[in-house]
Amino acid sequence: MAASGKQYSDYTTGDPLADTKAPGGPVEQRWSRRRFEAKLVNPANRRKHTVIVVGTGLAGGSAGATLAEAGYRVVQFCYQDSPRRAHSVAAQGGINAAKNYRNDGDSVHRLFYDTVKGGDFRSRESNVHRLAEISTQIIDQCVAQGVPFAREYGGLLDTRSFGGVQVSRTFYARGQTGQQLLLGAYQALSRQIAAGRVEMHPRTEMLDLVVIDGRARGIVARDLLTGRIDTYFADAVVLATGGYGNVFHLSTNAKNSNATAVWRAHRRGAWFGNPCFTQIHPTCIPRSGDHQSKLTLMSESLRNDGRIWVPKAPGDDRAPQDIPEEERDYYLERLYPSFGNLVPRDIASRAAKNVCDEGRGVGPGGQGVYLDFADALTRMGRAAVEEKYGNLFEMYARITAEDPYTRPMRIYPAIHYTMGGLWVDYDLMTTVPGLFAIGEANFSDHGANRLGASALMQGLADGYFVLPATLGDYLARHPHQEADPDHPAVHEAVSAVTGRLEALLSADGDRTAESFHRDLGQLMWDECGMSRTEEGLRKALERIPELRAEFWRRVRVPGRGRAFNQALEKAHRIADHLELAELMCLDALHRTESCGGHFRAESRTPDGEAARKDDEFAYVAAWEFTGVGEPPVLHKEALHFEYVHPTQRSYT
Amino acid sequence: MNLTLRIWRQADASADGEMRTYQVSGISPDMSFLEMLDTLNETLTERGEEPVAFDHDCREGICGACGMVINGRAHGPERTTTCQLHMRHFSDGDTIDVEPWRAAAFPVVRDLVVDRGAFDRVIGAGGYITAPTGSAPEAHATAVPKPAADTAFSHAECIGCGACVAACPNGSAMLFTSAKVNHLNVLPQGAPERESRVLGMVEQMDAESFGGCTLTGECATACPKGIPLSSIAAMNREYLRAATRKRGA
Repeated sequence: MAASGKQYSDYTTGDPLADTKAPGGPVEQRWSRRRFEAKLVNPANRRKHTVIVVGTGLAGGSAGATLAEAGYRVVQFCYQDSPRRAHSVAAQGGINAAKNYRNDGDSVHRLFYDTVKGGDFRSRESNVHRLAEISTQIIDQCVAQGVPFAREYGGLLDTRSFGGVQVSRTFYARGQTGQQLLLGAYQALSRQIAAGRVEMHPRTEMLDLVVIDGRARGIVARDLLTGRIDTYFADAVVLATGGYGNVFHLSTNAKNSNATAVWRAHRRGAWFGNPCFTQIHPTCIPRSGDHQSKLTLMSESLRNDGRIWVPKAPGDDRAPQDIPEEERDYYLERLYPSFGNLVPRDIASRAAKNVCDEGRGVGPGGQGVYLDFADALTRMGRAAVEEKYGNLFEMYARITAEDPYTRPMRIYPAIHYTMGGLWVDYDLMTTVPGLFAIGEANFSDHGANRLGASALMQGLADGYFVLPATLGDYLARHPHQEADPDHPAVHEAVSAVTGRLEALLSADGDRTAESFHRDLGQLMWDECGMSRTEEGLRKALERIPELRAEFWRRVRVPGRGRAFNQALEKAHRIADHLELAELMCLDALHRTESCGGHFRAESRTPDGEAARKDDEFAYVAAWEFTGVGEPPVLHKEALHFEYVHPTQRSYT
Repeated sequence: MNLTLRIWRQADASADGEMRTYQVSGISPDMSFLEMLDTLNETLTERGEEPVAFDHDCREGICGACGMVINGRAHGPERTTTCQLHMRHFSDGDTIDVEPWRAAAFPVVRDLVVDRGAFDRVIGAGGYITAPTGSAPEAHATAVPKPAADTAFSHAECIGCGACVAACPNGSAMLFTSAKVNHLNVLPQGAPERESRVLGMVEQMDAESFGGCTLTGECATACPKGIPLSSIAAMNREYLRAATRKRGA
C-alpha cells in the first residue's frame, strides 16, 4: 500500500471477456427471456439469505427496500447519518421514461436508440434496451409511492426536454427530482427498517470486501461514531456506492462521496470497466477562488430556455448588458443548429472550453460562458420562469450574489458523473461471484457519455427491477452456507484495514490530506479532464505515483482511530483516490480514440469533433488489478451493434 | 476578513463540552460558512490539533446534513442551510458563536455533530405509502389535481436538517412531522393510510425526546425550505380527524 515508488510502465493484455449472462434473440425479448430463465428462490427460503447492500442512494435504497419486500434479510450501510442524505438527493433535472405521453413520437425503441447514440456507441445494446423498457415502470412505481412530480392543470404528469434528444420525456419535480425520488426510495426502505426486515447501519463505511473461496461473503466496515472495525457476512454483497468524480477534488459530487468501496472491491478481484469515461457537466457555477470546496451544478434543464453565448471578440470585458446582440456569439446555436443549446453534455462542455481557450470566456479568470434568460423572460414572463426554475435561480443568486433575472448566469463545465465503474455482466454481477454493483458504481449503461436525466433512471432500474430479478438466480444456485468468521481471508481483510488506518495515523507528517487532494484534483483536471493528450497523460502517470509516495510520507492525520475522526475518514478516501487516478489515466492513455466524454486531442474530425475509431476500440476496457504500481491486465469485451449502427454522432 | 470564532468543542456524547475561541484570517466574502470552517480545520490539522467535527455533504443545500446554531440562530442569519450561507453576510472583525443543534432528542455526538436518528424513526412509523415494487398501476390511472400536487411538493421539500427542532424553544418536531404527513396525505395515493400514518408518526414523535408544540413559530422562521407554520395546523386537523374516526370505528 504505502510508498511503492513503482510506476505503471505499461499494461498487459489478457483474455477477452464475454458477458456470459447476456441472452440472445431479438433485443426486445432479451430481458423477459433472462427473467424467465433465471432460477427463483422459494419465498420461504428467501429469509435464510442475507444480502449486504452498501449505499442508500437511488440504486441502493430501492434495492434494499425491494429485496426486503421480497423476503430476503437485508443488512444495509451508509456513511451518512441517515439513508435519506445519499448524494442522489442532489440530482436536479429529472428522470427519463419512454411513456410517450406527449404523443411526440417517443417509444422504448427511441429511448434505446438515443441512449446508445448519446453514449457514443460504447455501451451494450442489451443493457440499454432493458433500461428503456423498465423506464416506464419506474414512473408508475414512483407515482404510487407519492413522489410529487410536476403536473399540468388536468392533473396529468408534465414532462420536459433534455440534452441530446428531440422528444419531451423527462419527468421532474421542479429542480429537486433526485431528492423526491430518493425520498420515495428512502420511505420504502424506512418501512422495511421499521418492520425489522432491513438492519440499517448509518454512519458506517465499508473499507474492504471479504472474499472467501472465490465468492464475496461480506465486508469490513468502520463505525464512524466509535471507530470500531466490524466484519459483516452475507450470501451476496451489493455495492451501490456511486461514482468516483471526487478523484478530481472539485466536482459536483457531495464532499464525502468516494471510491473506496469500488476500489477495494477492485483490489479484491472485481475488474474495473472504462475508468476514463468521466462526464463533465456543461452548466455549473464557475469557481470563485482557491478556497472552493466543491462545485455546484445548475440543472441542464436550464438549457431548455436559456441561451448560451460569449462575446464575439476575445478579451471583451464589458458587462453583458452592454454587449449588443450582433457582438454576441450564440455558439451552440451557430455550430449545432438542429439541437442548439440542447446538444449532449460532452459537446456542450468542450464547446465552452474552446471559446474560453480562445480568450472569449467571461467572469473571473475568463473561465465562464453566459447562460441568458432574457429571451425566455420576455417570451414566458417572469412568473412562468420562476415556476419552472425558481429554486435554481435562487441557488445561483445565493452563491454568486448576482441576480439571474436581470443578468445572465455565468456557467462553466465541471466533473459531474462517472460512466466508468465496476465491470458487471447482464445480471449486474462483477467478476467476483456474489458481488454485484448497481447504479453509478457500475459501468454498464451509458457508454462513453450519459444523457441528461438518465442517471436517476438507471439507478432506480437497477435497484427496483433488475437486481431483485437477477440476484435471485445467483442465490438459487448458491444455497445458504454460514461463512466462517475465522477464515484466514477474514483475518487478512481486517488486518489490512487496521494496518492502513494505523499507517495514516502514525505518518506524523506536515501536510493535510486535503492538500494532497487539491494537488491530485488539479493534475487530473489538467491532464485527464475535458481534453486529454498522450503527453499530458504520461506526465500524470509519472506524477501520481510520486504524489502517492509523498502522501504516505507526509500526511498528517490528528486524533485516534477508535473515535469519531473525520480527518481519518477523509485521508483514507484520498489514499484510494491516489490509486484509482492512475488507472483512469492509464485507461485514457490506452484509448487513443475520442468518444463521448473521453476526448483525445489527437483523434478528432476535420471540424474538431470527437473522432471514434470503431475498428480498434469498439470494446469495453475491463482492468484487472495486479498490485499498486504494477501493470494491470486489460481484458476487452467486444461490443456488437445489431440495431443502432455506429455513425459519427451529428447534432448539427 | 478576520474573524473570531467561539466554537462548541465536545469530545464525545458523554464528555463535557465548552466554547473555545479561534482566530481565522484571510476569509473571502465569497466563501461559504463551511469553507470558512474548512480553513480553520486545515490550520488546526497542520498544527496537529483535532479539527472541529461538523456534518456536511452535498454543500448545495439539499442533503440536510449540515446544520449549526450560528450566533444563536439555526443555520445563521440567512434563511438557508449552513452550507449555503456565505461570509459576505458577516463583517470583518466579527465574533461568531457556533454551536450544535441543542435539543434533547438530538444528543451531541462530537463538537457540532448531533444524532438525528429520531427523525428516521418518525418516518419509519408511517411516513411512506405502502407500494411494493412492481405493484404500481399505470401512472396516469389516477389524475392528481395540480393544487394537491403542488401542496404535496411544497411539503416534500423538507430536507430533514433539524433546524426546526433546534430553533424551537421546546425542541419540538411538529414542523418536520407535519411536512411528511401533509406531503402524503393530500395525495390520492396516500389516502388508504391517511389515518394510520398521522397517528403512527405522532405517536413515534411523542415517544422520542421531542418537546411539545406551543406554536411559537420559530420553526417555520428557521426552516431553510420554507415549510409553512400552517403545516402544523393541517397536521393537527389530520390527527383530530384520524383520532375521531378511530374512536368511532
